[in-house]
Amino acid sequence: MSTFDNPFDSNRRLAGGCSCGQHLSEAEHQAAQLQIQSAIESEQKRYEGVVASAVMRAMFPQDVARRAFLKSVGAATAVAAVSQFFPLKTATEVFAQGGPLEKKDLKVGFIPITCATPIIMAAPMGFYAKNGLNVEVIKTAGWAVIRDKTINKEYDAAHMLSPMPLAITMGAGSNPIPYTMPAVENINGQAITLAMKHKDKRDPKSWKGFKFAVPFDYSMHNYLLRYYLAEHGLDPDVDVQIRAVPPPEMVANLRADNIDGFLGPDPMNQRAVFDGAGFIHILTKDIWEGHPCCAFAASKEFITAMPNTYGALLKSIIEATAFAHKAENRKQIAEAIAPANYLNQPQIVLEQILTGTFADGLGNIVQQPNRVDFDPFPWQSFAIWIMTQMKRWGQIKGDIDYAGIAAQVYLATDAAKLMKEAGLTPPTTTTKSFSVMGKTFDPAKPEEYLNSFKIRKAS
Amino acid sequence: MTFSLRFRAAVVSLVLFAAFLGVWHLATRGTGAVANMTPEYAKLMGLTATAGKSAMPGPLDVGAKLWEHLRQPFYDNGPNDKGLGIQLGYSIARVGLGYFLAVLVAIPLGFLIGMSPLISKALDPFIQVLKPISPLAWMPLALYTIKDSSISAIFVIFICSVWPMLLNTAFGVAAVRKEWINVARTLEVGTVRRAFTVILPAAAPTILTGMRISIGIAWLVIVAAEMLVGGTGIGYFVWNEWNNLSITNVIIAILLIGIVGMLLDQILARFTRMVTFPE
Repeated sequence: MSTFDNPFDSNRRLAGGCSCGQHLSEAEHQAAQLQIQSAIESEQKRYEGVVASAVMRAMFPQDVARRAFLKSVGAATAVAAVSQFFPLKTATEVFAQGGPLEKKDLKVGFIPITCATPIIMAAPMGFYAKNGLNVEVIKTAGWAVIRDKTINKEYDAAHMLSPMPLAITMGAGSNPIPYTMPAVENINGQAITLAMKHKDKRDPKSWKGFKFAVPFDYSMHNYLLRYYLAEHGLDPDVDVQIRAVPPPEMVANLRADNIDGFLGPDPMNQRAVFDGAGFIHILTKDIWEGHPCCAFAASKEFITAMPNTYGALLKSIIEATAFAHKAENRKQIAEAIAPANYLNQPQIVLEQILTGTFADGLGNIVQQPNRVDFDPFPWQSFAIWIMTQMKRWGQIKGDIDYAGIAAQVYLATDAAKLMKEAGLTPPTTTTKSFSVMGKTFDPAKPEEYLNSFKIRKAS
Repeated sequence: MTFSLRFRAAVVSLVLFAAFLGVWHLATRGTGAVANMTPEYAKLMGLTATAGKSAMPGPLDVGAKLWEHLRQPFYDNGPNDKGLGIQLGYSIARVGLGYFLAVLVAIPLGFLIGMSPLISKALDPFIQVLKPISPLAWMPLALYTIKDSSISAIFVIFICSVWPMLLNTAFGVAAVRKEWINVARTLEVGTVRRAFTVILPAAAPTILTGMRISIGIAWLVIVAAEMLVGGTGIGYFVWNEWNNLSITNVIIAILLIGIVGMLLDQILARFTRMVTFPE
């Protein structure tokens, strides 16, 4: 049943070890070179396969029934039968070309932090150009400005914090505008950094009266820091002070002894270590392994008005994310995004973050290869968790349609389709359970989860 | 034997500057090695942590970096990395446009206010309330309503530089000596002609003083506005380098902002001297 196999060989892109870095061995690389020659001719066939499989699946949604049908008639006959009453050829053409791009010159805003890596590196490394787009990535002064500039349509799409599209859609902190998040940028990649003078106060219970900084109210940083403090018995609204501070000012404030610590994005954690102003207390991956952080976001209007451009843009981002996921590419990425045009940071700082071999500020070299990772799939359960925390800390109130908003904003099916095209294997479901600091979260029961917390803002 | 005052002042200036550089250099010399680190660890750390280099750059660092910038002021490496000359160019263009619009509004309106006590009294409360508002307070409102960041920046320059010009024009026009207007009246000069041949020349020094104050304010505003909206300009450069925690580049930008501000002021000072008349 070759027709129903994924026509994209997933190993071909993900393995490494040859001269081009895409194959396991040199021999495989050469074989692939030959394949590429014939691939161009077979491109049409591949698309036909994908479309036929989609049609087939739609006609027989149940695997068992489909298999029974195929067994009885054979795959080739089945395709022939399907094309009798479905214009496979036309559908294939539409799918293969994706239609003409409505707009080629795009502006995408970003905040200069390592979370934006796929969005940024897609420019110097040619991922946008490959999909026919001419994208200008524009450095932006802050999260509120990026929000306003995307709402104003100065940017076609932007790098946002993963709670922001939810907040914008629900009208928390701005007018409600339907927003979408078709891809997660990075998972993990944050840390709690404390001032050097607290190097002996590693127990959070002794942090009463501390002043902390986070980059934005609607951010994973804020929710993770609050979660971490609350799990250690501190009420983040009463026992400590949490302020919104732009990331570069976090390091300066730490040095000036104006704050005791921050939960912030990299490179600022590593920069504080690099400059001798602080040490890394804990990576956020140790609070929640695989938590989402930043996101690629666009307005619903952009998606419906320019579906083909949106498709090409999202595809570039997903391909870039797949490239950034691979450990062997990380050094090269650090070099590509270090210049002033992008992150404007010392390359050694970015290398430590992206490779996960870093100085912790206390004299140790730590190895955590997945300190930051890149995985585009926008799990809708992430959105549900974020909304439970928004409600927990009083940012949203009343009854919330958790699953409905999650499905509307976190476009998991689009991401899955394009991940497949990029040769990745997306998950087949849109929600999953995970645990945060040892506590399991069931996305089907958000209210129960929310009510299980002792420390929360009285509402 | 005495030197001219000018020469002696120059000498004192130079001595002060040298003393300033010396103190700066000594204060930021650093402390030498600070902690015991393994070489592998030290490789991952910056000079502040390993060599005890001061977090504040010294005059030599700033000088070297400034030379680097001045050697190629007009390079363009994409949307977020342009030479200082280009950045200053963007800022000056924005200031020029916002300021020009302010001149177009402030001088005619100032004339009207100066010549008509009724309008003067009626508009006074508005002017008094709008005048002290900081550019940063206007910025979010402008972004939200105009929906375009570069026009917002120009609007903020306009709104902040219009008031001193308006008030000075009104004051200059109202303070023209009554005798001169009476002479014009006895000679039966028409209103328009009187405005251009009597009032305008008489009020010109005051108007230009207002314009000189305004250009200073416009230049102050641009840095704040560009830090907020980003993209291009010297204010964006400051923000970008602050993001990079590069105090050296921030100092260089401050120096250049000061020099350009002084030049703008000198240009208007020269115009003021041209229209000043002895009484």
